[in-house]
Amino acid sequence: MKNKIVKILAACSLLLPLATPALAAGASVALDHSPSNVRDVESLQRGAQLFANYCLSCHGASAMRYNRLQDLGLSEEQIRTNLMFASEKVGEPMRVAMQAKDGKVWFGATPPDLSLIARSRGADWLYTYLRSFYRDPSRPTGWNNTVFDKVGMPHVLWQLQGDLELKVLDGKVEAKGPVVRSWETVEHVNGKEKVSTHQLVLTRAGELTRLTDGKANTFDYDNKVADLTNYIVWMGEPAQVTRERIGYGVLLFLIFLLVPMAYLLKKEYWRDIH
Amino acid sequence: MTNQVDNSKRRFLTLATGAVGGVAVVGVATPFIASFFPSERAKAAGAPVEVDISKLEPGQKIDVEWRGKPVWVVNRTKEMLDNMAKIEGQLTDPNSDGSDQPEYAKNKTRARADKANVLVALGVCTHLGCSPTFRPDLAPADLGPEWVGGFYCPCHGSKFDLAGRVYSGVPAPKNLDIPPYKYVSEGVLLVGEDK
Amino acid sequence: MSKLQALAGNVMNWVDDRFPATKMYKEHLSEYYAPKNFNFWYFFGSLALLVLVIQIVTGIFLTMNYKPDGNLIPGTNVSVAFMSVEYIMRDVAGGWLIRYMHSTGASMFFVVVYLHMFRGLIYGSYKQPRELIWIFGMLIFLCLMAEAFLGYLLPWGQMSFWGAQVIVNLFASIPVIGPDLSVWIRGDFVVSDATLNRFFALHVIAVPLVLLALVVAHIVALHEVGSNNPDGVEIKKNKDPKTGIPLDGIPFHPYYTVKDILGVAVFLVAFSYVVFFAPEMGGFFLEYPNFDPADPLKTPAHIAPVWYFTPFYAILRAIPSFLGTQVWGVIGMGAAVVIIAFLPWLDRSPVKSIRYRGRNFKIALVLFIISFICLGILGAKPATNLRTILSQVFSVIYFGFFLFMPLYTKNDVGTTPVPARTTDTNTQRQIGFAVYALLAVLGAFVFGKLV
Repeated sequence: MKNKIVKILAACSLLLPLATPALAAGASVALDHSPSNVRDVESLQRGAQLFANYCLSCHGASAMRYNRLQDLGLSEEQIRTNLMFASEKVGEPMRVAMQAKDGKVWFGATPPDLSLIARSRGADWLYTYLRSFYRDPSRPTGWNNTVFDKVGMPHVLWQLQGDLELKVLDGKVEAKGPVVRSWETVEHVNGKEKVSTHQLVLTRAGELTRLTDGKANTFDYDNKVADLTNYIVWMGEPAQVTRERIGYGVLLFLIFLLVPMAYLLKKEYWRDIH
Repeated sequence: MTNQVDNSKRRFLTLATGAVGGVAVVGVATPFIASFFPSERAKAAGAPVEVDISKLEPGQKIDVEWRGKPVWVVNRTKEMLDNMAKIEGQLTDPNSDGSDQPEYAKNKTRARADKANVLVALGVCTHLGCSPTFRPDLAPADLGPEWVGGFYCPCHGSKFDLAGRVYSGVPAPKNLDIPPYKYVSEGVLLVGEDK
Repeated sequence: MSKLQALAGNVMNWVDDRFPATKMYKEHLSEYYAPKNFNFWYFFGSLALLVLVIQIVTGIFLTMNYKPDGNLIPGTNVSVAFMSVEYIMRDVAGGWLIRYMHSTGASMFFVVVYLHMFRGLIYGSYKQPRELIWIFGMLIFLCLMAEAFLGYLLPWGQMSFWGAQVIVNLFASIPVIGPDLSVWIRGDFVVSDATLNRFFALHVIAVPLVLLALVVAHIVALHEVGSNNPDGVEIKKNKDPKTGIPLDGIPFHPYYTVKDILGVAVFLVAFSYVVFFAPEMGGFFLEYPNFDPADPLKTPAHIAPVWYFTPFYAILRAIPSFLGTQVWGVIGMGAAVVIIAFLPWLDRSPVKSIRYRGRNFKIALVLFIISFICLGILGAKPATNLRTILSQVFSVIYFGFFLFMPLYTKNDVGTTPVPARTTDTNTQRQIGFAVYALLAVLGAFVFGKLV
């Protein structure tokens, strides 16, 4: 019997490597991993500030009350003076002054409410999206995005990031110059594989990016976007930190108290049977 | 089933498991019970209310909504305050010992000392929750010659003076409640918060 | 103390004269004799009852704050219903926990019920004299699917909306009456506020009432004939001549109550883990696109039902339309569910339990498990040519398992005699089970990566 198990397990482990290449076959743009950590309160505070400054003028977060920001260690007074620009009350949700219909006229689509955007798109998507706007004169806003083609939203953080351009080159090309990100795509043309390299290049530095010796340094900007992403992730479910904290208590209680007690009780009664 | 059964051990284990299970039930019940308390939306709607009283003429009253209830703000004249002192003998609780008000309103005028003329009171009768009417007129026909101005509840005839103090011999048991309030600036009152 | 006991006794007598409390307690608990050889598979019945209670209690509290209103909040493109769910998640104290218990409970209900049904399959619990228990159980399963489908519309997210759109449109494929029928179900020409309101009413009261009645019937029928067991031995055939108690039977209370309490405790560990640490369960329990509010003008890139419907959904997609109608897929999907109810009459084997079954049944069962799991995986993924062909192969195996059952179970090779008395499990069986479970999980994982 034992031998049989070992053989089966060995057979299974041989199959596992087969599974890996299938995973990498996705055709869409690979997303950068977001370093967001909803326990980093300072990052969340910075992110909230960015959100209020840059996002709230067009997007609402109508499920999010301003006073909930107290969970991030901000006082009502701080919230009122630093984050609220309209004359709302601190218990009000983050509404947007713009009407949904107006947004549709201005941007082609109503800017979505961002309360839950992180839960539908994911942190990595947001983190990559906010760093992937590039100049595209064919678009009405002059901007396009590598993870959201033909996006209606202009690059609101462009003063911070500067200008990016997208270059598409034939074949595999080493990244040279101020390349922010590069990736390869494979197309099948007439049965042949055609490889192209896509490069996002920083052509003009912004307030938080630098061009030195022909190299791009986006460290500060990436950190800012990480803060903003972090805040949006937190806002998707403000209870998440509490949820996990309670969860540890519940699991400890169940595993170290209820399960052992129930086990001892069952064992004691079942002595009659065995 | 031939083994000796240790009943005391069983009883102990049953009780211990029951106790642990009881803790679990209390834990699970917590969010359900908590969900009955006012939500964040209700709390936000019940947030303190700012009132501009700089244009409130002496002898006038305005109504403010706070937590869905009427709050009266009355700018009492000197004459009104003087009249109040005369009828103290007819009141149940002239010193507000058995009534609900913040410490700074537990006095004859039931108002903050720096603006003793301004009454801020919850317009809800302490009998069964009707909202009394403002009757500043002196000696009207229906309330009798001794009426010096006050509040009259149409539901069951309770009477209060202009400090919200209840007359004796009426259904209401105690004086009108005074909500927490403070002055943010000279003419601006904040109802619902005093810190 | 003794005075108190006497008082309690008097009260109980007073009640018993008017209501059969003690009699019912004896019949269903202290003197209900269950086989003593129940194994781990026998936890899932009581666990299903536990999840039912969780769903009812959390559901009641959710209705206190949820608003079935599909209209948009003025000036926004978010509906009242969608926001009321977020209101529960954020503004109501403890609301997030109640909601996650309900959403996790929905999926766990299917986990538990699928395992419960599988138990019935491997130990032949549906066979004579337990056919009605099986029928009631299948009706419960149908109600559960209805509950899950109706309830999934309520958050009014993208998947709610488009899932309902697709499923209601299935009815439109029925010849002649179809188009009118789907309009009748929706109460509108699209899935709308009217649909949401009726789904809400059906989800919170109509179906639960039927479900509860069926659960009672299921248990009453079970206690009438007595429980089956892993050996498929009828314990009532060997009774103590003096007491009339089955020799292999033990009173449900206290023995199976304490055992089920242990099962509940272990189950709660898994349940709490999901609720507190993975309420979305990687998009399987709460689908990510459902956090986008319903938009009748924009279909999400990929629509898949929640995991518990995917095997049947794969069968639906596997069947092509022909003779100018796509009703065949709908019929296939319906048949895949209904056919399970006919097991008692499809199975011709003289033995109940897999332990004494022959080779043919075991092979057929393995193929069935593989096809069911693979259909589930295929149904969750977007259709491609390869996946459609695979779905068709597995659909054939799925139906073959049932339709050929009378043939391969009748004179199965290697059927062994059933012992007269129950046996206890042994190490070999336990290791064998562990290996099969591991194989199933690994196999599913590998298959999921490969297709």
